[in-house]
Amino acid sequence: MIARLVVSVLMLAACVARAQDGTIVVGSKKFTESVILGEMVTQLLRDAGYDADHRRDMGGSRVLFEGLIRGDLDAYPDYTGTIRHELLSGLDLPPDADLAEVLAREHGLAMTKPLGFNNTYAVGVTRATAERYGLRTISDLRAHAGLVLGFSNEFMDREDGWPGLRTAYGLTNPARGMDHDLAYRGLESGDIQAMDLYATDAEIAYYDLVVLEDDRAYFPRYDAVILYRMDLAARAPAAAEAIERLAGSIDAHTMSAMNRRAKIGDPAPGGPDAAPVRIAEAIVAQDFLAERFGITSDARVETRRDILWRTTREHVTLVAWSMAAALLVAIPLGVIAAKVRGAGAPILWAVGILQTMPALALLVLLIPLFGLDAKTAIVALFLYSLLPIVRNTYAGLTGIPGDVAESAVAIGLTARQRLLDVELPLALPTILAGVKTAAVINVGTATLAALIGVGGYGQPILTGIRLDDFGLILLGAGPAALMAIGVQLLFDLAERLVVSRGLRL
Amino acid sequence: MFVVDNVHKSFGRHVALAGVHLDTRVGRTTALIGPSGCGKSTLIRVLATLLSPDRGEVTFHGERYAAADLLAVRRRIGYAIQSGGLFPHLTAWANVELPARRAGWKRDRSRARIEQLAEMVHLTPDTLRRFPGELSGGQRQRVALMRALVLDPEALLLDEPLGALDPLIRADLQRELRELFDELGKTVVLVTHDLAEAAYLAPDDIVVLREGRIEQRGTFAELRHSPADEFVERFVEAQTARVRVLVEGGS
Repeated sequence: MIARLVVSVLMLAACVARAQDGTIVVGSKKFTESVILGEMVTQLLRDAGYDADHRRDMGGSRVLFEGLIRGDLDAYPDYTGTIRHELLSGLDLPPDADLAEVLAREHGLAMTKPLGFNNTYAVGVTRATAERYGLRTISDLRAHAGLVLGFSNEFMDREDGWPGLRTAYGLTNPARGMDHDLAYRGLESGDIQAMDLYATDAEIAYYDLVVLEDDRAYFPRYDAVILYRMDLAARAPAAAEAIERLAGSIDAHTMSAMNRRAKIGDPAPGGPDAAPVRIAEAIVAQDFLAERFGITSDARVETRRDILWRTTREHVTLVAWSMAAALLVAIPLGVIAAKVRGAGAPILWAVGILQTMPALALLVLLIPLFGLDAKTAIVALFLYSLLPIVRNTYAGLTGIPGDVAESAVAIGLTARQRLLDVELPLALPTILAGVKTAAVINVGTATLAALIGVGGYGQPILTGIRLDDFGLILLGAGPAALMAIGVQLLFDLAERLVVSRGLRL
Repeated sequence: MFVVDNVHKSFGRHVALAGVHLDTRVGRTTALIGPSGCGKSTLIRVLATLLSPDRGEVTFHGERYAAADLLAVRRRIGYAIQSGGLFPHLTAWANVELPARRAGWKRDRSRARIEQLAEMVHLTPDTLRRFPGELSGGQRQRVALMRALVLDPEALLLDEPLGALDPLIRADLQRELRELFDELGKTVVLVTHDLAEAAYLAPDDIVVLREGRIEQRGTFAELRHSPADEFVERFVEAQTARVRVLVEGGS
């Protein structure tokens, strides 16, 4: 009851916040094509006279779709196959169902006409592997059951991914889940022999991969579309029209070329041997819009210094709020666990369970409550920070020597006085050790906030992994490591200040 | 004074006290003695309100523990244990001051009382500024005694107060303790496993326990010359050689 009330108040607050701030929020997933398409939508909206923000590199279709339904996002690019088989899979749609009509009816969402290319899944192998084993179709993999398949984690899990493919072709090959961008490197190093691809991947040409023919026509169509909220028409009458301009305007070849520019780069002016120069997604989108529609659009490219400054602010916010909340809740919880008969086991058990929940799963569970907002990440980080603090508070209090605890009773202190004068001060070093552990884990885990598009050091890391840009990865990982060390030093200092010298003898 | 009436206490299957009757005398020192496991520590912890009996009743100056405000009772009884039980995060001074501060004493009153006690147990102000971890065993024991006495309790309970000390310091402290008891004139109950110590500190009232029961109660001379049974006789005999050195040889 109280939880529902809190949720409604928060949702109301979120609605009010959006209504006051007229910015249209566009999202995109953490792969290059999605970021380019998201950038196109954003720039078209700016061209139509609206304030538009692009939250890029978010983690997974489900996160974006939930965000769109909740109104945290106003538009994002997706694919018909994904919408039908994953996002709407609960509805058991007939094959000829009109997706646009279903989305409007069920969720109040609009879907553009297809943008013009079918980025379906494909299975690819290196040219050398194809020639060595005579692979031409997916069926050919059956005869070589020893070949290891490396699939993106999403492909491993989704019904229209590996589980369905395995059944449809009767494959028995071992399959490993891995990051899509790492799979290319796995192919090169020989750790895996085949991987899932998207038909417009920039790497197909770059790595000279052979796409195995889908001879049983297993993969459905993955026509790129833009999903947006129908209520956008009321708030921004020209927005839908601007978004719809993309329909039918991008073919597979054009998309593949744009992916290559953003991910691998334009051939450098210095000749064929010079390193290619990677182009920012915003610029790739801007060039496309200029060429296709003759628009000079507003492309915002952050410098590395901007990124560092912004992500630092975001990261500090996430860590500070979640740690403050964890301290306020976990220490009393630890005290209750230690003091209330029968409370210890259930409390430690409950916070332990929270710890075992995978971060992305926890984030997805929290999105319906708090949206694609820093609040969601803060709540998740708060929950993760509970265990070390609760457990150490409990251990510190229950570990007080019997004669000392008994003396506190015998000299006539009340239970409250015993706790404040004797037990907590004695447990303090142990409690602080737990706080330190929680804070360091917190700083590291906060990088996952980027998966729901709320920034932090995780964002340059995700983008860097996607673009295979080590400098960008370091731009996130370096400061995160420094912050972890800084937090540790901070609490070491706090320990010197608040722990009695008598306990350090 | 304490009155213990038919007190029973068990821990799981182990019977620690099996029907103990005891009344202590105001202003006198009583020693509880017996082999380990005889129930003497359980008994003193029952007196200190740290354990409640399974059966039977304890009263302190007529106040029944079962119905009393134990917090108030504890403030009228000083309690010190073998290892001192000092709070390691507080200085010796703060250890002694804590019960007074939490009982609502003004700072000046506490200070005067602590200075008085420090003189009584021969501790310097400099020693009281240190943490327990910086004190010797003997100093810790004196601080524990100060803490037990700070609220000027009517009775003092000491569980093996000198047990953790080496023999020489122990002999010194035994002497001081006897002087202190004489000076204070308080009701004292102390637990020891050492008959010499019991004979020295409480020559008129020694209680011998065995398997949760009182085997004999009397002066040292009575225990020695007319033991109630074979157990007391053997117990006294085994320890008498050392008594001669301390009690008789020393005087």
